[in-house]
Amino acid sequence: MKKTVMDGNMAAAHAVKLCDVKVVPNFPITPQTEFIETLAKWKVNGMWNGEFLDLEGEHSVMSAAVASEACGVRTFTASSSQGTLYMHEIMYVASGMRLPIVMLNASRGLSAPITLWTDHNDILAMRDAGWLIFFTQNNQEVLDTIIQAYKISEDEQVLLPSLINMEGFIQSYTREPVEIPDYKKVRRFLPKYKPHTVLDPKNPMCLGIGAMGKDYMEFRSQEHKAQLNAIKKIKEVGKEFGKIFGRKYNIIEKYRTDDADFVFVTTGAMSTTVKEAVNYLREKNKKVGLLRLRTYRPFPEKDIQKALENSKKIAVIDNNIAPGFGGIIYPEVRSALYGNKALISDFIVGLGGTRTGLKTFLEIYQKMSKDKKSKKYWLL
Amino acid sequence: MIEEDKIKYKGKKGIPAMDANEAKIGKTGTWRIFKPVIHEEKCIKCRRCWLFCPDNAITIDKNGYPKINYEICKGCGICSNVCPVKTIEMVRDLHEED
Repeated sequence: MKKTVMDGNMAAAHAVKLCDVKVVPNFPITPQTEFIETLAKWKVNGMWNGEFLDLEGEHSVMSAAVASEACGVRTFTASSSQGTLYMHEIMYVASGMRLPIVMLNASRGLSAPITLWTDHNDILAMRDAGWLIFFTQNNQEVLDTIIQAYKISEDEQVLLPSLINMEGFIQSYTREPVEIPDYKKVRRFLPKYKPHTVLDPKNPMCLGIGAMGKDYMEFRSQEHKAQLNAIKKIKEVGKEFGKIFGRKYNIIEKYRTDDADFVFVTTGAMSTTVKEAVNYLREKNKKVGLLRLRTYRPFPEKDIQKALENSKKIAVIDNNIAPGFGGIIYPEVRSALYGNKALISDFIVGLGGTRTGLKTFLEIYQKMSKDKKSKKYWLL
Repeated sequence: MIEEDKIKYKGKKGIPAMDANEAKIGKTGTWRIFKPVIHEEKCIKCRRCWLFCPDNAITIDKNGYPKINYEICKGCGICSNVCPVKTIEMVRDLHEED
């Protein structure tokens, strides 16, 4: 199969075209701008014929996305950092109305102090918004995950919006070989969108109705159940995608974990560097592995329990910080492993794009190998 | 109380969407502190209360008397205020019927 060299933003634009997305409301923000530039160019050239809406801010972008999806049209948008936070209020509306919007987030550290480089605090702030949250490790995965996300989100068992994260700059502006799947094959994998509700003046519907007290709690429980249903659906769709396109996906990725005593738990693009570290340490006969979380919501609790049941030391790599506690992924992994005797430590790395390389992870391995107690570290 | 695993997923029925004609916010009457009570003996069937009610909580029965739907009435007191013969009394609502 022919591969094309492209960055993460362009990979997302290709996915938009392949999925037959009809509306893309947008507002530019570094490091997501090239996504908008690519689509704008295609729109002018006639290579993509959806609606491209230039709006005055991200709050309006998400509002327009909710409106167009509620009219029964497949919708996509992209943002980053402060922009994603500005959408936050309407993101709850999208998930509450159960509208399967798909969105790309090119993660970037939050201001202040201002930075343009990546860390995961922007996407993790969306934790409770009811969206499915995916992390990707390379640009190919950005393209593949967007296609899968539409299939998962639009499924009747799920009907929730999806947020796909890629690292700002590291993925969004870095070119890699990416295979563009065949359009017809994607159309077969992802059929035409069948909306659950269509806002149409001829047949008036009310979406996001008032629900007081018990009714409210009922709808919220349904949203939670839909998130849990998504765990199974993500696995199914990942497998089906593998059969058609040759790249299989699961909700977690286990890399040399089978006999591993020491396991790194990571999210996002730094997983590829950790794989290098794992290979390096395996050459030195150390039993090291990697567990990569592909989704953060739904949280694959049972899969983590199973994958790490025999590990002795677990290093959770957090590319984020919840001031006043520590890493954000760490407490969730630790709570999933309640009762497990393994030593679980937290490592805060790469905030605001601080360089993390092979050395960083070898240092983490050496430090934690000597530890007798769980600790929290910062790689300053 | 119910265990999480036992909550049933209702598919499309679990989505807060409905026909616009049926969509209503539910029993807003539970918000009420004062309750309007119509003393029919003095009522002159002028329908001012029916006309002024901001929530359409008042209907006219077949004898021409106004009737209040206490599931919707929030107890704003406008009907009592506009009544020309002052026959609508506002009484503290203890919500004993709930």
